[in-house]
Amino acid sequence: MGKITVLRAGPFTTVQDLGRPQHRRAGIGPGGALDLHAARIANLLVGNAEESALLEVTSGPVRLDFADERIVACCGAGVHDSLGRPIRIAPNEELQLRAPRQGSRGWIAISGGIDLPLVLGSRATDLRGRFGGLDGRALRDGDELPLGQPLSHPDFTGRIASWGAPAEWARTASRHPALRVVRGSEWEDFTVAAKAAFLDKSYVVTAEADRMGARLKGAALPRKTQAEMLSEAVVPGTIQVANEGQPILLLGDCQTIGGYPKIAHVITVDLPLAAQLRPNDSVRFQAVSLRDAEELFSARAADLARFRAGLQLRSS
Amino acid sequence: MPFETTPLGDSALLVRVGDSLGEVVDTAQRLEAAKIPGVVDIAPAFASVGVFFTSPRERANGAAEIRETLREKAAGGSVPGRRVMEVPVCYEPEYGFDLAVVAQQSQLSPNEIALRHAGAAYQVRCVGFSPGFPYLSGLPKALNTPRRAVPRIAVPPGSVAIGGAQTGIYPLSSPGGWNIIGRTPLRLFDAAREPAALLQAGDHVRFVAITRAEFASWGK
Repeated sequence: MGKITVLRAGPFTTVQDLGRPQHRRAGIGPGGALDLHAARIANLLVGNAEESALLEVTSGPVRLDFADERIVACCGAGVHDSLGRPIRIAPNEELQLRAPRQGSRGWIAISGGIDLPLVLGSRATDLRGRFGGLDGRALRDGDELPLGQPLSHPDFTGRIASWGAPAEWARTASRHPALRVVRGSEWEDFTVAAKAAFLDKSYVVTAEADRMGARLKGAALPRKTQAEMLSEAVVPGTIQVANEGQPILLLGDCQTIGGYPKIAHVITVDLPLAAQLRPNDSVRFQAVSLRDAEELFSARAADLARFRAGLQLRSS
Repeated sequence: MPFETTPLGDSALLVRVGDSLGEVVDTAQRLEAAKIPGVVDIAPAFASVGVFFTSPRERANGAAEIRETLREKAAGGSVPGRRVMEVPVCYEPEYGFDLAVVAQQSQLSPNEIALRHAGAAYQVRCVGFSPGFPYLSGLPKALNTPRRAVPRIAVPPGSVAIGGAQTGIYPLSSPGGWNIIGRTPLRLFDAAREPAALLQAGDHVRFVAITRAEFASWGK
């Protein structure tokens, strides 16, 4: 059975998949790849099931040694020249990934997928719970990861060599993204000035940015009242405002429940952009309606379905 | 039973009900039983239940079905879990980093804070925030302390803390905005254990004050 050896793990590389969306009752968040869409695309490009485990690379350099021939696809930030296009790795060949010039994360799918045990239905690394992935932790130099049997026919490589993902799916990093948001449940609790500032001003990502979320800094967002709230559910994309008036954008590894007021939520189709934020990036928020968010998601889902069908046609 | 639904982003919604454990659990049970299409998860909180969908379209379709389900006569579900769990806590300042903050807020000495905190009866309202984190009701009013303005980056595992009118225990090292008053040697969360979370919604909890020596030798 194939494997990869991690020659250099880089600053922060984890095993992820589509996460655990069904265990909030025990306080376990959905987790998984911070850009679930990129994880699906990368897996599809190498002939894997979309839920196969892959690597999430945060910055670089990362060096991986392959024991046997595999097809690899990278999506997200520019950790490799061949973003969104499958590449062939020969036995004992080394794959090198670099720190991207912009954005922060890349998803690296390998044909056959990373074959680690399922924990609570997923292979994703839950860092706070310290389970899933490889012993519930980020990868280290020298780690070995077992690979599954590739599903695809050997011809697959040649046939899809000219096949790639749409650029906006494969390259999601941007230095000054505008994230579309819908109103949060406490939107009306904020002052008129706070609501205006949130949508007019840009916010800068602080050094406190990880898989749980990113603390932002910018115009203060005061509420009309400072009443304490009872904690209730939050989701990836929720923008909550801490007591000092600064927003926190939650990402895939966020807590299940929070007690800070929710000013807004980044819409699902823009979570891939949020997953690329890195310290000192500036971000703006643009209000859209729930109906807009639904239509954008449905359009994305239809595009993804066409992409799947197109790949299937080429690989059959 | 009165309730309101409010969107939680484009793919989830909150069902807000009264803040009694019975109402929340009853609401969660009825929503589970209704098997609403597109629902991937249902999670009870203090005065609300989060309902999570596979897509924004499913959420839009499911909202009406949720309202219809909850308008029907109450299912009369019983509150699960009547266990009484004892949780040992060492309330010394090397573990209770924020005892001084709570002392200032409550005008009580650290010793008196420990006595009152360990003297009250608590119930797990829900498990959330992080894996295995129990939110407990029953905190004496005198000990209510607002959350910290800036959350800590890393709270040590086992930290027993106060956030507003709630108390809870951090099972794992995580960021947190609550005021820490002590630490338990118990393991609140273990993915390899069944169930992974030590405490569950509905459990009754009593804190028992232990000494530094008892903390150091716990489980050894």
